Amino acid sequence: MPTTRRAAVLGGNRIPFARQFGPYAEASNQDMLTATLEGLVARHGLAGERVGEVVAGAVIKHSRDFNLTREAVLGSSLAPDTPAYDIQQACGTGLEATILVANKIALGQAESAIAGGVDSASDAPIVVPERLRRKLLRLSRAKTPADRARAAITLRPTDLGIQVPAATEPRTGMSMGQHMAITAARWGVTREAQDELALASHQHLAAAYERGFFDDLVTPYLGLTRDQNLRPDTTLEKLGSLRTAFGSGPDATMTAGNSTPLSDGASAVLLGSQEWAAAHGLTPLAWFVDGETAAVDHLGGEEGLLMAPAYAVPRMLARQGLTLQDFDLYEIHEAFAATVLSTLAAWESPEFCRERLGLEAPLGSIDRSRLNVNGSSLAAGHPFAATGGRIVASLAKQLHEKGSGARGLISICAAGGQGVVAILEAA
Amino acid sequence: MPRSDGYTSFVNSGLGRRLASSLGLPQPVPLRRYSPGAPLVEGPVLVGGHDDTPAVGALRDGLAAAGAELVDTVPDGARLGGVVVDLTAARAPEDLESLRATLGPALKRLGRCARVVVVGRHPEAAATVAQRAARRALEGITRSVGKELRAGATANLVLVTEGSEAAALGTVTFLLSGRSAYVDGQVFRVGEGEAAAPADAERPLAGKVAVVTGAARGIGADIARTLHRDGATVVCVDVPAAGASLATVANGVGGTALQLDVTAADAGARILEHARTRHGGLDVVVHNAGITRDKLLANTDADRWDSVVRVNLLSILAMNETLLAKDGVREGGRVVLVSSIAGIAGNRGQANYAASKAGVIGLVDGYADDRALRRRGITVNAVAPGFIETEMTARIPLGTREVGRRLNSLAQGGLPVDVAEAIAFFAGDAQAAVSGNVVRVCGQSLLGA
Repeated sequence: MPTTRRAAVLGGNRIPFARQFGPYAEASNQDMLTATLEGLVARHGLAGERVGEVVAGAVIKHSRDFNLTREAVLGSSLAPDTPAYDIQQACGTGLEATILVANKIALGQAESAIAGGVDSASDAPIVVPERLRRKLLRLSRAKTPADRARAAITLRPTDLGIQVPAATEPRTGMSMGQHMAITAARWGVTREAQDELALASHQHLAAAYERGFFDDLVTPYLGLTRDQNLRPDTTLEKLGSLRTAFGSGPDATMTAGNSTPLSDGASAVLLGSQEWAAAHGLTPLAWFVDGETAAVDHLGGEEGLLMAPAYAVPRMLARQGLTLQDFDLYEIHEAFAATVLSTLAAWESPEFCRERLGLEAPLGSIDRSRLNVNGSSLAAGHPFAATGGRIVASLAKQLHEKGSGARGLISICAAGGQGVVAILEAA
Repeated sequence: MPRSDGYTSFVNSGLGRRLASSLGLPQPVPLRRYSPGAPLVEGPVLVGGHDDTPAVGALRDGLAAAGAELVDTVPDGARLGGVVVDLTAARAPEDLESLRATLGPALKRLGRCARVVVVGRHPEAAATVAQRAARRALEGITRSVGKELRAGATANLVLVTEGSEAAALGTVTFLLSGRSAYVDGQVFRVGEGEAAAPADAERPLAGKVAVVTGAARGIGADIARTLHRDGATVVCVDVPAAGASLATVANGVGGTALQLDVTAADAGARILEHARTRHGGLDVVVHNAGITRDKLLANTDADRWDSVVRVNLLSILAMNETLLAKDGVREGGRVVLVSSIAGIAGNRGQANYAASKAGVIGLVDGYADDRALRRRGITVNAVAPGFIETEMTARIPLGTREVGRRLNSLAQGGLPVDVAEAIAFFAGDAQAAVSGNVVRVCGQSLLGA
């Protein structure tokens, strides 16, 4: 077997993220992923090029999209002999795809690869109730007119109805926001702290657009040139005036302003070996250093649904011999402002770190000026599977600007009590 | 690309032809345009002129190698593909009779979309006043012939330098070919230099790296496609907001997309860095990006004025500081600017635009005089498009658009590719002796003529 080598993040592309039922309401996952690949191909001069593999996925997926990524590749300017496959790990999809391809490159199994993700909260599959579905299947199996009549006669008007998928946990029946509200209350996260984090997200994202940071990270799509959810002029007063959306009673703290909206969008990241990058005139922005996934048992209420990254990060740090403070930049996905704040609080808590993580001392606090410096999901929006690619590409570029050796930590929570985290280092 | 010109289709139908002919209406024909593999010119090319025709002598072999069948007399029954009349030996206005004698009878024998190329010498280099008059007369003759010609034929004048006649080979070849479909009534000035023909006539830009600004749509997109067709690797530049169509163009030509605003302070540096790291260097720069903010000058505020001048003129000046610096474009580099007929003739409601596009001509003049650039073999030229069928002109009201289209010798609008062909021509290595030209691609428009 070959020895391992470093995989480089070479660049990225995404389409601006749109709000649900916004400009991308009619765009399918395949449309958006194809457009995103096209932008990536154009930026890096890959037309007609065979890339080692393309790995992407969607959280909300039509059954017809069984081969979503491969179909998007075939619709793109990449060489048709570029293989592709889909993965899905809820909101961790994009980052998990990055870890997968980075590992293949590190092992010498691929020279180049594209990792990505896409999601549409607008063009969602509509599902008929389970009872109706079974009856319709029976009807389609019927061979004789008599069988067909027998099957048809069981259909009842009351069977009709449609189910639109929602961000609901299958085993708890609770929405993600309801889960988060419990965790936020447990960690005593205040409304003010959440609104401040949301405000910073909008301000940072707006500033990044203004300084042209996204000029080589974003390609417009369907007339949208910036993230639709971005409110450059929002204020603490405006955020403070919003009604609470999750949790109940006077202690509720979570609003539409400090929670991510349902969004549509796609992202992709180009990775490659150093040799492949040099042969294509591409400059490595950052090395992929390590990745880790974790899951928690959120069913019994022992741990919060979105707290798995709090467990994944210390495991990865221990393996790398790093402390939480050894990073120049932190990208903690803002599923909710409370997610970020609960995670940081957990790492600061001696009790949590001792009892849950088995550490003698807490991980400690981070320099908040290094957190989500170019905005995150609260401002940009959060098309589930697309968030990982957005973060990896932006962080790699920002690290590159900081200079060789700068280190960045990525933390993304995911449905099902999971979390995906990774470390990048400026090339 | 908008190519619908219903009138041209109509007058080329049986009924339309009869109707247009009896009513004396303009009778445009579909122009002969280049496609790879097509013959240089359709039919034999008559060569002749005054005295010993030194230019024809110097060009004969090259033209034959390029695929022209050269004849000294009009073959019986044949339709000529073109005429090359050499008046470089003219000493006085009396000698112009040679031109009449050669060209006059041949005009009746021209085939469809034939080419008349008059070759003369630079008037300012004349030995006597009489010679200067004779040389200057060629421009008037050529322009008149252009207006006399029918059926898509064009007439252009090439001024050559004594002893460097062969350096005009690329220019004469271009004018005979379908690449110059909408170039009519123009004067090309060729300086000192050697004969140069591309190693591969089908891919004259092979191995070159070109950048095209404003490449996302319209003329810019066709420039990118044409440079790519001719063998260049193309960096397509446009503002980030146009990124979606820019990506389509870049992927279509197998090039790279670079989203940037040409007015950004670091635009030149970013273009150069991109071309260098991705493609190893930069050879051809096409400053095509441009905007319009039309209003009568009386109603033009500072913003409208400033934005047009900044994008169309100042950005070129600023980018060239970097691109033309010693470590900028490689030796033998080519810079092509896009002016406009509005910059020559002026246009009501376009004082800001005309200022910027006339300014572009000034830039060409200035750069062409730059000895340092000349020593490095860098040429600077401009094209000035006339009425070109684009999304922009498609939005002009029908009446105005029809008038705009027909007010030229070819009685039709040009296509974006016609502009692109002229730019690709200037970009060629064979045009080492061609600098400081501003050539209109306007079908010999009556405006500003």
